Amino acid sequence: MSDFTQTLITAIAIGSLYALIALGYTMVYGILKFINFAHSDIVVLGAWSSYTFSNWLLKLIGVETKGMTTPPAIWVAVVVLVLSMAFCGVVGFTIERLAYRPLRRAPRLNVLITAIGVSLLLQNVGQLDQVFGASPQKMPQLLPAAELASFTFGEGESARKVVIGLVDVMIFVTASSLMLLMQYLVFHTKQGVAMRAVSYNTDTAALMGIPVDRVVSITFVLGSVLAAAAGFLYVMKYPSLNQPAHTIWVLLGLKAFVAAVIGGIGNVRGAVLGGFVIAFVEQFGAFYISTNYRDVYVFVMLILILLVRPGGLLGVTTREKV
Amino acid sequence: MTQSANRSGTVERTGTAVLPWGANGFFGMMPIIVGIGFAVLLHFVLPKSIGPYYSRIVTDVGIAIILAVSLNIVNGLTGQFSIGHAGFMTLGGYVAAFVTYYVSSILWESTTRHGGFLGSGEWLFLFSCIIGGIVTAIAGYVVGLPSLRLRGDYLAIVTLGFGEIIRVILQQTGKVIDPEAVKSATWSQIIPPPVGGAVGFDGVPKYTNLFWVYTIMAITLVVAYRLKSSSVGRAMISVREDEIAAQAMGVNISREKVRSFVIAAFFAGVGGGLYAHEPGVIISPNDAGFQRSFDYVIMTVLGGRGSISGVVIAAAILTALPEFLRDFAEYRLIVYALLLIIMMLVRPQGLLGIHEIWNLRRKPKSPPIAEEVK
Repeated sequence: MSDFTQTLITAIAIGSLYALIALGYTMVYGILKFINFAHSDIVVLGAWSSYTFSNWLLKLIGVETKGMTTPPAIWVAVVVLVLSMAFCGVVGFTIERLAYRPLRRAPRLNVLITAIGVSLLLQNVGQLDQVFGASPQKMPQLLPAAELASFTFGEGESARKVVIGLVDVMIFVTASSLMLLMQYLVFHTKQGVAMRAVSYNTDTAALMGIPVDRVVSITFVLGSVLAAAAGFLYVMKYPSLNQPAHTIWVLLGLKAFVAAVIGGIGNVRGAVLGGFVIAFVEQFGAFYISTNYRDVYVFVMLILILLVRPGGLLGVTTREKV
Repeated sequence: MTQSANRSGTVERTGTAVLPWGANGFFGMMPIIVGIGFAVLLHFVLPKSIGPYYSRIVTDVGIAIILAVSLNIVNGLTGQFSIGHAGFMTLGGYVAAFVTYYVSSILWESTTRHGGFLGSGEWLFLFSCIIGGIVTAIAGYVVGLPSLRLRGDYLAIVTLGFGEIIRVILQQTGKVIDPEAVKSATWSQIIPPPVGGAVGFDGVPKYTNLFWVYTIMAITLVVAYRLKSSSVGRAMISVREDEIAAQAMGVNISREKVRSFVIAAFFAGVGGGLYAHEPGVIISPNDAGFQRSFDYVIMTVLGGRGSISGVVIAAAILTALPEFLRDFAEYRLIVYALLLIIMMLVRPQGLLGIHEIWNLRRKPKSPPIAEEVK
């Protein structure tokens, strides 16, 4: 029982991260109908820029990062989060402007190849010594490693403690407030109406006077901002930071994409649902079957869903028409 | 439809030529015979004249051509987008290496080279490469069947995931059994398969040489070219140009997709077999990762999707060039990435587009690759 609860807590925290990243995939897919391969690299950028910003900020306020035991005040974490979100938003805007916008009318495969190109570019520019370098780093601890609550299951010898860490709660709270914000934005604002209109039919939306290019830009910026937040929260939970082109990042992005597909790509609520489904499959599979194959379960899940419900859990299957 | 496919001439030749029994087959085999002759020439002349380092590069070029041309059957001819080719390659390589290593341990109780040029060891090597290709083709069928029924970008993700799955599974394999101990191996040593785990499969006999690489490359090229101008190939091209129109003409699009996928996987497996037996190479699970897959994708995209000669040129240049620019190794992938992006902006059809290099001067009457139907 205690193992089950602990796995559940981890799965909820990781699931909200996947959901955040999946939102970016699904929004871009909904509007432009292509997989933004570079999205996972924006997550990496978010993680690494948080590292850079927090080192810079800690130096600025005169805190020694080497051998730091007590975390700095909570506002440092907030500022770092906001800075890296802003930075990634700018990068996302630039990518869309320079690489994707000229291809607005090109076949989808070309855009996909461009996205792979952008992804490779971000990874390898990040690996340069002048940028982030090609060696792993340790993220300074910005949040206190406190336990918010702990329960004990069983008695005597078999007693096991289940811990709800502050980091897990912070991840869940930050991610879900961002997701609720997203939900509000897409379904209850004028901007959201424009986004849904462009997603439904770009040409008609343009005829109705919706500035399509601006809507696409805003979507990219929003997706990148969410990705940056996910990157920041990820390094809060796992402070050892792998180099930008490490496989672990690609897998993180892939799983988030799988989450978007499972929920029904293009569907904002589906992405959130998919994120949690994937996290549950991964965490419980890793715990109860074997840790070694944790990446395999996710892809098996993807293939199963694609076979049974090609449109995803909340998606609708559309037939292609001429 | 492409003009080049109509113009290649295979159809007229088989239709009109009346030749004595067997001669047709003989002339049909001519390109392969010439290719084998070329491979023999390379094998006996090249290492002596340019030394082992450069002949290694030439070997790498040959293997890269096999993989890029086979990937081009899926990505170029059929217009799909597979980015897990290295997964197939590594799977084939491991199967082939497994067969060679353990069969030679049982037969000859050692895993060193057995027999000289065209000796018994080399025939075992050829056999194991073909087994590797067959196993990979089956894997291609299993992966392709669910995903190819769906739209192109899902295929990209599934193939990418496939490569990662192969990598993870290979990392969990057991230790390689010494050749002397193979006959007395216990079940616990055999399950999971003893192919080295995360460190790679060390000790595979090194049979790959210029002769085998270029012979198999010749076969791959001939098969790819004949396929392109055959009725099957035209059905594949029709899928690339317009799936709905192809379906309306009676082409079973999912069958064509799966077929191209299986053919490509087979050659990827054989190419992986060559790679696993190459001197100086220890095949490891990391070879299945996406980075290597992207290398082959870049070759097909730059060469021209559907152009066999274009892909051959791109594969040769992109394999050989980094060897001469070792000082700039960290910039290699940045340059590749920029090439991809700029190529898509400026010349999305690739260097040669859908044409072969010998067709370039004739102006095509049909427009280039059609815009996608909205």
